Amino acid sequence: MSIWRQLVRGLRALTNPRAADKDIADEVSSYLEHATAALEARGISPDQARRAARMDLGNATAVREQVRSYGWENVVATPFSDLRYAARRLRRNPGFTTVCVLTLALGIGANSAIFSVINGVLLKPLPYLHPDELIDLNHTAPGVNFPNADPAPFLYFTYREQGRSFQSLGLYQWDSRTVTGLAQPEDAQCLSVTADVLPMLGVQPELGRWFSLKDVTPGSPVTMILTYGWWQARFGGDRSVIGRRIIVDGVAHQVIGVMPANFRFLDRDAAFLVPLQLDRNKAFLGQFDYPGIARLKPGVTLQQASADIARMIPIALHSFPPQAGLTVKVFEDVRLAPKLRYLKQKLIGDTAETLWVLMGTVGMVLLIACANVANLLLVRAEGRQHELAIRAALGASWRDIARELLMESVALGLLGGALGLGLSYGAIRALIAMAPANLPRLNEISIDPAVILFTFAAALVTGILFGMIPVFKYASPRIGNALRGGGRTSSQSRERHRARSVLVVAQVALALVLLVASGLMIRTFQALRNVDPGFDPKDALTLSIAIPPTEVKDPDRVLQLQQGILEKIRAIPGVAAVGITTVIPSSVSAGSDQVYVRGKTYQSVPPLRRLKFISPGLLRTMGNRLIAGRDFTWADTYQRRPVAMLSENLSRELWGDPRIAIGKQITANPKDPWREVIGVVNDEREDGVQEKAPAAAYYPLLMNDFEGDAVVVERTVSYIVRSQRAGSQTLLADVQQAVWSMSASLPLANVRTLQEIYDKSLARTSFTLVLLAIAGAMALLIGMVGIYGVISYAVSQRRREIGIRIALGARRPALTHMFIAQGFVLALIGVGCGLAGAAALTRLLGSLLFGVNPLDPLTYAAVSLGLIAAAIMASYIPALRAMRVDPAETLRSE
Amino acid sequence: MDEPNTDVIQGTLDMLILKTLSLEPMHGFGIARRIEQVSRGVFKVNPGSLLTALQRLERGGWLDAEWRQTENSRRAKVYRLTRGGKKQLENQTADWSRRASAIARLLKAEA
Repeated sequence: MSIWRQLVRGLRALTNPRAADKDIADEVSSYLEHATAALEARGISPDQARRAARMDLGNATAVREQVRSYGWENVVATPFSDLRYAARRLRRNPGFTTVCVLTLALGIGANSAIFSVINGVLLKPLPYLHPDELIDLNHTAPGVNFPNADPAPFLYFTYREQGRSFQSLGLYQWDSRTVTGLAQPEDAQCLSVTADVLPMLGVQPELGRWFSLKDVTPGSPVTMILTYGWWQARFGGDRSVIGRRIIVDGVAHQVIGVMPANFRFLDRDAAFLVPLQLDRNKAFLGQFDYPGIARLKPGVTLQQASADIARMIPIALHSFPPQAGLTVKVFEDVRLAPKLRYLKQKLIGDTAETLWVLMGTVGMVLLIACANVANLLLVRAEGRQHELAIRAALGASWRDIARELLMESVALGLLGGALGLGLSYGAIRALIAMAPANLPRLNEISIDPAVILFTFAAALVTGILFGMIPVFKYASPRIGNALRGGGRTSSQSRERHRARSVLVVAQVALALVLLVASGLMIRTFQALRNVDPGFDPKDALTLSIAIPPTEVKDPDRVLQLQQGILEKIRAIPGVAAVGITTVIPSSVSAGSDQVYVRGKTYQSVPPLRRLKFISPGLLRTMGNRLIAGRDFTWADTYQRRPVAMLSENLSRELWGDPRIAIGKQITANPKDPWREVIGVVNDEREDGVQEKAPAAAYYPLLMNDFEGDAVVVERTVSYIVRSQRAGSQTLLADVQQAVWSMSASLPLANVRTLQEIYDKSLARTSFTLVLLAIAGAMALLIGMVGIYGVISYAVSQRRREIGIRIALGARRPALTHMFIAQGFVLALIGVGCGLAGAAALTRLLGSLLFGVNPLDPLTYAAVSLGLIAAAIMASYIPALRAMRVDPAETLRSE
Repeated sequence: MDEPNTDVIQGTLDMLILKTLSLEPMHGFGIARRIEQVSRGVFKVNPGSLLTALQRLERGGWLDAEWRQTENSRRAKVYRLTRGGKKQLENQTADWSRRASAIARLLKAEA
């Protein structure tokens, strides 16, 4: 059997049935000719020969039909020809077709676009081997009020040695490192991993090898693996790069491998990977700084793995010494507990909720579009009622008529789907270009077979959905009644109008739900805008600079260099203020530590507080306010005076009043000397405007005796540059010049404006807001077109009745009011249903809302009134036409 | 029954066509005539069934078809056995002989 030949011949017969028929007819007549000739050759007269041959063959048409009935294409030919018939009728009605197809294309396209995002972000598996076995290893520490505590080396060693649920388990860490010795000093993203991590993912290196156990042993020569992109960019894809030595943070690293091109660890790009060298003999209780990843054994559930971890935590606490100055009890009081989730869950984060809300939204838009098209189809079917009734009377079964009506709507659906796919392609390109709301896995969003299948299914289902309504109404077994009714002479009956009215009510209700949702998002956005972030995001540039020990060893010299750079930047024209900090708003790497108060006794560890090291003048630069006391001075910093500042909320929590805080003594560690509180700073919402301002402690950049270390200096710091020129290339060039005039080997990293950071914290809200507003506007427009259509159709159907009424002396404005009232009633019922729906559905917006009740009366009232007003407008225009009816003309035209 | 049954035995038409075409390429009427002649009039092929069978065999890839000029300048669709068709013929022939001899044995045994 040749399937290929079956397929090709079948398709040929389908697409060009005339040629296939002709071929068969030719063969039959050729057969006849040959048979006749054979008979003639036996000496029979031509006439008799032809007749005998015909007799022999039988009915030629029957033979042709018999031959043609072979083949799979006959099974599909009927719906196919129905579809072609439907297409032909749609072509003859271009206006109607265009409106329907465009409406559907908008609805289906929006769904296809959002689905492709959901598909890429939520549904597709991670691009690693057996990704459903990979988990994110994390802990909670309720004892110190900490929802997330990363694993620590001592936990890693315990889990690795005693774990029963894991195939393998590893730690990693992101940071940025300074690369020198290439064309320019560069601040590059670096991923440190234990030897377990790369083999766990099941990817193969492009070149060279993965890290060995020797590479991760402390004291071994440092090695590195380049990522494909960085290898291409810096080394032009040179394969001889293996074995080369590259200076990272002043230390020569030997290149041992290159990652494959498609490799990405979680959702961040790195320039290179280095081994995470952890010393088991030096591990102690503490250092919760390393995110963990693990591969579960096949069949092990998250619960089982959690139980396994919970079992091992006490073992770990008693297998390693506590951090200097602390006891094991301190760590028991932290109440460390496992927090495991699938790696994909970690990556997706809280976007799932936003995306499903959007999917629901565009789903509603599609329903509204369907209702609109169904309405148009109803009008058309009404016009054809006579024709359909006659066909039914002539013997067409109501199933035939139903199939034909359905085919028409399916054809519309498919056309709309095809166009919608094109729209969604454009929308996705635009979406990726905007890169909204820190959307994860953006690079995996594309139109793939799943999306095409979804779009096709959506097109088919919508086609059938809106097609069913006219089918139920006009292709039912009682179709013959229409002939008797005559239709033309009677005025509009309520029953005939009902289906379209129901559709319009549904449209208004759905539009109201969407508009309320977008209204609530607008209120959320306003509320967020009104929140005082505690700093001034306008006109400020941030950038970070790291000074490695290989560059400058002496702590005092580090501070001098940092201050020198600060002075140079301040001297740039247009710069109003400069400050140094270790924590910029919304940065992921904000550190934390305890705050102990002198004179208080502690039963267990106090909670962790945000930890910031800042320079004098930073507060003024950021636009923070001093609530009480004074700022640090350079003298405080250079002389390493034991001073500190606290955030307002922390001072209130500890003493009830910021003013009392001044002069009190605190420390991060009871073993350290006490530090005097010299100032209280206003609260800063640095985790995003939605989040509460964290309680924070501020320390100088250079200190003695901090957390057990004799001298502490902050080597990686961020500069905040307040200037009208923030964000311009010229300012950046000037800053670069200023830095390099102090030290030629320091790269600038993380160059952004505070405004960008601030906007980004609003990105999820503004992204949802924009999309909801678009959906709401579409819903409003389509819904109003629906009302307009119904009223104007009602007017056109009742022209005769209007003419008679006018002739009998009815006042024209009263007639107009009648039609407007009709639209008003429809809108009112729709709004009523919509309000109930909105009250039920806006709860789903949940965490997307901020500072506004999901049942916010103002939003509901404004949207309802607006919608009713729009509905009255939409019915007013066709109602005016009723006024212009000329009674003489309408009566004559009957 | 007065007239002798000239129907082709059910299920054997394909095999007869393939066998006929294994000798030389032929058009539809040629095949019908050849089967009738060779069987000495025992089998008479119904044209409708023949053309349908040809269509089926061609779709199945056992025959190739081509419009050609025949003798006395008539056009005809001429069928030719493909390699797959040759194989199919061998299978069907072997199958048929196995079954025919079994039937023959059975009939003999009863007699």
